[in-house]
Amino acid sequence: MKHGNRYPFYFVLGALILYLVFAIIPGITGIFYSFTDWSGYTDKINFVGLDNFKTIFSASENYLLFIKNTFIFTIITIILKTALGLALALILTEGVKRFAYFYRMMIYLPVVLPALAVALIFRSILNPATGFLNSTLRAIGLGVLAQKWLVNPHIALYSVIGVDTWQGVGYIMVILIAGLTSIPREYYEAAEVDGASFWPKLFWITLPMMMPAMIIVTVLNLLYALKVFDIVYALTNGGPGYVTDVIYTAVFQAFSQGQWGLGTAFSSLLFVFMSVVGYFVIRLMDRGQTRD
Amino acid sequence: MLAKSFKHVGAHLLAILACLTMVMPFYLIVTNSFKTKADASSMSAALPASVHLENFLTVISAGKLGTSFFNSMLYASGSTIIGTLFAAMAAFVLSRNRTRFNRFLYFFIILGIALPANYFTLTKVMQITTLINTRTGMILLYAAGQIPFGVFLMYGFLDTVPRELDEAAIMDGCGPLQLFFQIIVPMLTPVLVTAAVLSFLGAWSNFIMPLYYLNNTANWPMTLSVYNFFGQYQANWNLVSADILLTVLPVILVYFLAQRYILTGITAGAIKG
Repeated sequence: MKHGNRYPFYFVLGALILYLVFAIIPGITGIFYSFTDWSGYTDKINFVGLDNFKTIFSASENYLLFIKNTFIFTIITIILKTALGLALALILTEGVKRFAYFYRMMIYLPVVLPALAVALIFRSILNPATGFLNSTLRAIGLGVLAQKWLVNPHIALYSVIGVDTWQGVGYIMVILIAGLTSIPREYYEAAEVDGASFWPKLFWITLPMMMPAMIIVTVLNLLYALKVFDIVYALTNGGPGYVTDVIYTAVFQAFSQGQWGLGTAFSSLLFVFMSVVGYFVIRLMDRGQTRD
Repeated sequence: MLAKSFKHVGAHLLAILACLTMVMPFYLIVTNSFKTKADASSMSAALPASVHLENFLTVISAGKLGTSFFNSMLYASGSTIIGTLFAAMAAFVLSRNRTRFNRFLYFFIILGIALPANYFTLTKVMQITTLINTRTGMILLYAAGQIPFGVFLMYGFLDTVPRELDEAAIMDGCGPLQLFFQIIVPMLTPVLVTAAVLSFLGAWSNFIMPLYYLNNTANWPMTLSVYNFFGQYQANWNLVSADILLTVLPVILVYFLAQRYILTGITAGAIKG
């Protein structure tokens, strides 16, 4: 029997149609709408060329700031989640044996919570006057470290980054634990015979062997961070002023204000950028698979 | 020897500190959800002076949580069933019959893991399909959203299911549907559970889709109603805590019941990829 009959194409159709209708078609048509003055209020649509992109890249508007904020958020969360995730992964594989799974389960817990709920809880915890964080800092004599976490324009973005890292680090840790446990023990044993201590082993064995897992967590963090919305929207809604606004909070703003052409243009920039990133990631994975 | 056990204790202390940091916020909403408004105003870690279970009744009636809970349950389970089933069927055929075209389709679909949504043109799609402001619309949106990752997860796993099973089933006269549902699905159970649990948790936690596409409060899921409730009752942290607790309790329950599938399943997919 031919493969086509055994593995019929209609099996793919359900997934493919949903994917085309709700992801690809909006993504592609969005690019075309980017060149129009599409508005939420009228049905009339006019071609306006590059006007929307000129607005986005104009220095007198805030869109460049939103892009900059998104990149700051992305880069710092990638660094923090990877570094802390790796530290926790090392503690739970090298440091402790008993209760390791229990610890892992607890540290992962925030990952499954709705980001919205996390943001609301942290609005209370980060309250400057009564919040749990500042109260605790004052109680242990570190009152000088107490901050107006979400209100001070100089640190608000970093507070949001902190909350997001708190929520997401467990996910990264779990993937890195899998990476760590797949490193053959013999490498460490050989190094120990040569008298290597913790740091040389970390730099000459663990980190090089962890490269595939590191690439995966970096990609996952990148894909998440560029699209971040919930946590920023519910923690600060972009404020104070615009200092914590990211691409997707600005997109929602454009949506609410009926600036659909502009919003589509902004979304399409990210769509094209991420298609390119996605393409290279897949190329990378494809090579990985053919190598096996 | 002393240095070694010192290191050991240090590692445990760090791990415990990390766990406390992760659990503390959850503890704060639990303890404050039982307090009076005045006691909860600072959201302190203190245990409630007296237990006020009526907070939950207030929240359920004032926040209309009955309908929201039903909606969340419907969206999360409906989309999980549809999304996981479609993803599994697609992954099965794409993985087994690796023509050039199918290989392209596989990569085209998993590209969706990276692609961001365009909420403007998606609005248009929702209007044209008359799915905007409907429960069916939410279910299909969430189902579509989980397809790329679901296909990715199961495609990798299918390599471990021997093709000889297919041969034997075909010899016994199985058609494609029988082969898939009676032979392949049972073999896929671990990864199906992983995909389904992740999908359920994701749909339950989703906030952005209803924010854009549901303006009728009767269709709101828990996330949207808790946000709205927070807007109205910001000063009543006891009530807000109770509402948050009711929103997160189902996901925590599912997580603890299925943690093995999540903590080992996501890594299987990630590391294989």
